[in-house]
Amino acid sequence: MTRRSVTIVGASLAGIRAAEALRRQDFDGSITLIGDELHAPYDRPPLSKQFLAGDWGEDRLALTQPDKLDDLDLELRLGVRATSFDLASRRLGIVDLDDQGCSGRGGRGGEEFVVDGLLIATGARCRTLRGSEGLDGVFVLRSLDDSLAIRAAFDAGPTRVVVVGAGFIGAEVAATARTQGLEVTMIESLPQPLSRVLGDEMGAVCAELHREHGVDLRTGVGVEAIEGEDRVERVRLSDGSVIEADVVVVGIGVVPNTEWLEGSGLRIDNGVVCDATCLAAPGVTAAGDVARWPNQRFGEVMRVEHWDNAVSQGAHAAGRLLVGDDEAEPFVPVPWFWSDQYDRKIQMAGRIGPDDEMHVATGSLAERRFAAIYGRAGRLVGVLGFNRPRHVMRYRMLIESGTSFSDAVAAEF
Amino acid sequence: MKIVVDFDLCESNAICMQIAPDIFEVRDDDFLYVLNEEPGEEDRARVDECVQRCPKQAISVQG
Ligand SMILES: Cc1cc2nc3c(=O)[nH]c(=O)nc-3n(C[C@H](O)[C@H](O)[C@H](O)COP(=O)(O)OP(=O)(O)OC[C@H]3O[C@@H](n4cnc5c(N)ncnc54)[C@H](O)[C@@H]3O)c2cc1C
Ligand code: SF4
Repeated sequence: MTRRSVTIVGASLAGIRAAEALRRQDFDGSITLIGDELHAPYDRPPLSKQFLAGDWGEDRLALTQPDKLDDLDLELRLGVRATSFDLASRRLGIVDLDDQGCSGRGGRGGEEFVVDGLLIATGARCRTLRGSEGLDGVFVLRSLDDSLAIRAAFDAGPTRVVVVGAGFIGAEVAATARTQGLEVTMIESLPQPLSRVLGDEMGAVCAELHREHGVDLRTGVGVEAIEGEDRVERVRLSDGSVIEADVVVVGIGVVPNTEWLEGSGLRIDNGVVCDATCLAAPGVTAAGDVARWPNQRFGEVMRVEHWDNAVSQGAHAAGRLLVGDDEAEPFVPVPWFWSDQYDRKIQMAGRIGPDDEMHVATGSLAERRFAAIYGRAGRLVGVLGFNRPRHVMRYRMLIESGTSFSDAVAAEF
Repeated sequence: MKIVVDFDLCESNAICMQIAPDIFEVRDDDFLYVLNEEPGEEDRARVDECVQRCPKQAISVQG
């Protein structure tokens, strides 16, 4: 398979790692990397952790160094958004977001060009709470600018921060705010944080972690309205209670950025739908938070919103553009995720469901230092660790090798 | 090529060990040990992958 050029849309984690993988695999055609943010490609996990806390500066976020970027010999077009794609003609439409356009093109009109290989890595954006748009003091957290804005709001010394949603991002924001001594209320509509994924027992472990650190955690209750004149003043809950707040951070999940692909001829359904090898159409692949594909290892169609997946799927989807159909390999990772909250390192590998069989393999839930393994239909399918990173990786390897649940229970590390 | 690990950043999650077990090892004490601090050129691709896959950006390479 000889490919002349590859265009990557989305200049973040999956996109950068894809470009690097192309060069690693000796691709010597041209690479164009298009991204709609103005910042040089940066890493997101610290945005709710060290960067939000003010411990790290922007320099620590860089996903690549200038000399490494030069080595990649690519055309990097930042501040440029893809607005359309047509599979039949392979025409990609883009627009320069800089209205003045230092290139003199004047932005708005945009341009179109024909692409050879296309790799879609446009990620996801935050869901927002309807009715809270335009209200000062209400934030979501996805980008560097979001994190800077929340940091400034924290520095201003708010009397109370309300976090809506106790998923991983919300929980990390709550932890960072508490560590800075701010008063925090966290609202979760599920009976326990993360109970849809982890089940009620583990959800309760997460809840206890936050309560012990002084978070006013309200579970099983929804947000009715976020109210205020120009600035947020209070949050009204579905149980009738009202919380005064001057900062609200909404962490209620993300939606994949696929609007620009509507009418493209690609299948879009909660992400860009790919085959088992990450191919969405001939010469078109997708990777990272935006991609949905059948992971044959788990017999499940998934879209994974984790850092490690963006890295490995970016590389896989890049390689897929360089091989023919008969050589293509399925992408069968064991998803892995981490979250840092207070002094706990929470890690999860595999696929955990609330109905899986669970066994605490080491440590204790009470001390919140443990590794718990999960079995389904006799197979080891997942592991959850609190401050047990080594165990999580060991069990991840066992998941990879298709170990039975009983063998995993018997295993010792 | 010399491998440098910033142990203040490393959280021993053993991602690097999965890629290059002959170079990185997380032991029972939960610390990461670099078994071979100066691997040869033939290992560069794998070491580069470790640098990229390390979520804490704790690994760097000199030379
Ligand atoms: C605050 C925060 C903390 C996180 N913490 C963790 C963690 O602890 N552990 C973990 O495993 N994961 C974590 N994640 C998740 C991880 O960062 C994501 O899975 C990862 O960023 C996905 O990478 P991506 O490249 O697929 O998408 P993104 O990072 O979303 O990048 C997509 C890029 O494409 C751009 N784009 C979108 N549409 C267009 C368009 N039409 N044209 C041009 N460009 C476009 C976007 O602006 C963006 O720059 C965290 C995420 C956030 C936001
Ligand atoms: S991948 Fe990074 S954080 Fe993990 S053990 Fe290796 S050096 Fe440490």
